[in-house]
Amino acid sequence: MTASMRYLIPMLAVMALLLSGCDRDAATAPDTATTARTDADTGGSRKGDFGPPQGKPVEAVLTSPPHVPPPTGRDHPAKVVVELEVVEKVMPISEGVDYTFWTFGGTVPGSFIRVRQGDTVEFHLRNMPDSKMPHNIDLHGVTGPGGGATSSFTAPGHVTRFSFKALNAGLYVYHCATAPVGMHVANGMYGLILVEPPDGLPPVDKEYYVMQGDFYTTGKYREKGLQGFDMEKAIDEHPTYVLFNGAEGSLTGDKVLTANTGENVRLYVGNGGPNLVSSFHVIGEIFDKVWYEGGTKYQENVQTTLIPSGGAAMMEFHMEVPGSYVLVDHSLFRAFNKGALGILQASGPEDKSIYSGLEVDAVYIGDRAQANMEAVATAAESASTGDLTVEQQVKAGEALFLGTCSTCHQANGAGMEGVFPPLAKSDYIAADPKSLPRVILHGLQGPVTVNGTDYNSIMPPMSQLTDDEVANISTYVLNSWGNPGGRVTKAEAAEIRKAKPANASAGH
Amino acid sequence: MTSTLALTLAAAFAVSGIGGNGDYASLPGGSFRSALDYEDVPGNVTLAPFAMMKRPVTNGEFLEFVKANPQWRRDRVATVMAEPRYLSHWAGPAELGEARAAQPVVQVSWFAASAYCEAQGARLPTWNEWEYAAAADETRRDARRDPVWRERILAWYSRPSDSALPRAGLQTPNAYGIQDLHGLVWEWTDDYSSLLVDADNRNQGDPDNARFCGAGALSMDDRDNYAVLMRVAMLSSLDAPDTTANLGFRCARDLP
Repeated sequence: MTASMRYLIPMLAVMALLLSGCDRDAATAPDTATTARTDADTGGSRKGDFGPPQGKPVEAVLTSPPHVPPPTGRDHPAKVVVELEVVEKVMPISEGVDYTFWTFGGTVPGSFIRVRQGDTVEFHLRNMPDSKMPHNIDLHGVTGPGGGATSSFTAPGHVTRFSFKALNAGLYVYHCATAPVGMHVANGMYGLILVEPPDGLPPVDKEYYVMQGDFYTTGKYREKGLQGFDMEKAIDEHPTYVLFNGAEGSLTGDKVLTANTGENVRLYVGNGGPNLVSSFHVIGEIFDKVWYEGGTKYQENVQTTLIPSGGAAMMEFHMEVPGSYVLVDHSLFRAFNKGALGILQASGPEDKSIYSGLEVDAVYIGDRAQANMEAVATAAESASTGDLTVEQQVKAGEALFLGTCSTCHQANGAGMEGVFPPLAKSDYIAADPKSLPRVILHGLQGPVTVNGTDYNSIMPPMSQLTDDEVANISTYVLNSWGNPGGRVTKAEAAEIRKAKPANASAGH
Repeated sequence: MTSTLALTLAAAFAVSGIGGNGDYASLPGGSFRSALDYEDVPGNVTLAPFAMMKRPVTNGEFLEFVKANPQWRRDRVATVMAEPRYLSHWAGPAELGEARAAQPVVQVSWFAASAYCEAQGARLPTWNEWEYAAAADETRRDARRDPVWRERILAWYSRPSDSALPRAGLQTPNAYGIQDLHGLVWEWTDDYSSLLVDADNRNQGDPDNARFCGAGALSMDDRDNYAVLMRVAMLSSLDAPDTTANLGFRCARDLP
């Protein structure tokens, strides 16, 4: 099946396309694709008005994450009443860590709303009397200025109402748009509204609702207690947490998503932001279909899908192998150090023909079983100054330097600004080359200025080093990184060991 | 030239045998926040006072042990106690060759390390003892929250392991007077096999994973502490007969 055949859609089949997307059946149509490469479109909002609502008004079923309301199952436009309550409440963001969330419906993300294209949605936004803030709502599925925000600004203890016709099918983010918008969103004020195409979505066995968000707390990651919102981190876009469904552990432990092998699973995944874009991935699965950006078309066989801040996507996959599938933002430090991690657990019989599990763990002897001999020889040199030339001392000193000094002063001698003075092109060393063995053997404390920067840390005495080792390290440093050169002998090191200077630091 | 140097070196190392077999530092007991989160022991772990070798056991020391206990020679050891690479970096079953006497011994199995300590009237340290001792830097007994110190430890992990190991005892002692807990080799612990970090640590919080259930279950509580995370991951990848080119040990003892 070629791509051009797959996308060949008869012009009269516009409505059929709405049902089936890039239907494989279309590929059986006569091959006139060479002249008809453009995808037929759905007509968007121009074709989304199916007339006035019919029948009695319907109360929308709202669900808390990770649950999704059942399909509307309607074949006609209706008036759908949505009643959403804004609640400001303290909830755990991680174990032992609390945060003051602002929510739509008492959860982060907010309640999932499901309507049908062409429905007229009568939206009631209530703000709890004990709220501190006024709030409103901008639904990305609304056609009209502000997406509803201009008509829903709601003071604490008030309720507002507005109506809109859902003209475009798709999965849409909604969020609070009250200033400061970023802060309202960062506190959890977002959710998803699904506008089903007129004939609904293909049925699946399990549907789940997951939404990513980034959070900015005054304390560090997992710092216990009630944590406040940190505006500076938010502006710098340095989140403390990146989370699915508003809390670490919201989709792990006893809250994992579940499915059985043989089932089709559909995820409705949104990204509230306020800042980060998500590289959404399920470890061990391949998305059979992704309705990227929450739109009408799908892509097939996708590993990772990008979900922009303020965007969403639907993805579907068939479960073959039982076990745990980990949902992550594949920007991985977010997953493992900031919390963006959830688990989908599949039950059912093993299928070893698809995935065997560990079959062998045997001894593997590569072709480089041991450190090379040159390096061993270098190490050998390092213990002796004997008759060594300066070059040999330098080589020996380098190995020793790497094994001990480099953890603070860095392998390139650059040190760490303000903490560990540089040894590279050091005016301190240039002014007194013998300071090297002296500081190595006796340590150093008190303020020093090196290359114009002040330092006041403690270097412990390295008296565990032999005189040979001190001489070789010193000689290496003197002859490296733009330092003046020269050498320190074993005898000099021994002499310096005996004389403790005034600024020596304490030993152990 | 190299062989001359090697000879000179052997002499130098013989002299610099600082801290022999019995050189232990005493550590006070205490309450300690482990980086590992034990399901069966919430909060801090409590440690009794113990003594720990100031530096890892060296090739030279292990050679003496092997000579005194020939059943631990690499050509005589029971195959269930040590894999084929056991002491393979030595020139012969009782001969170091290019391996330096003062370098930490590596390519030792957990069984061999345990036997060595037992022969000294000691034992391997527990993970918590090791972690407690290794939390110290040169001046503080618990430097773990210091990002600079963490970076220093991580610098070792980011260096390739293709060069020869420095001698044991080269680095500055920590606040307890113990050397080389970081920056030299991995070290066996007595209870390493209970460090059940999942083979795929991305499965954190998975209820269905047997390795996360039961008394020994644990997970990383301090995920910033990559230095510890990598130690645990390394140890949990091994079986007791396994050896590696970067894995050694030191012994510990109870204190009265």
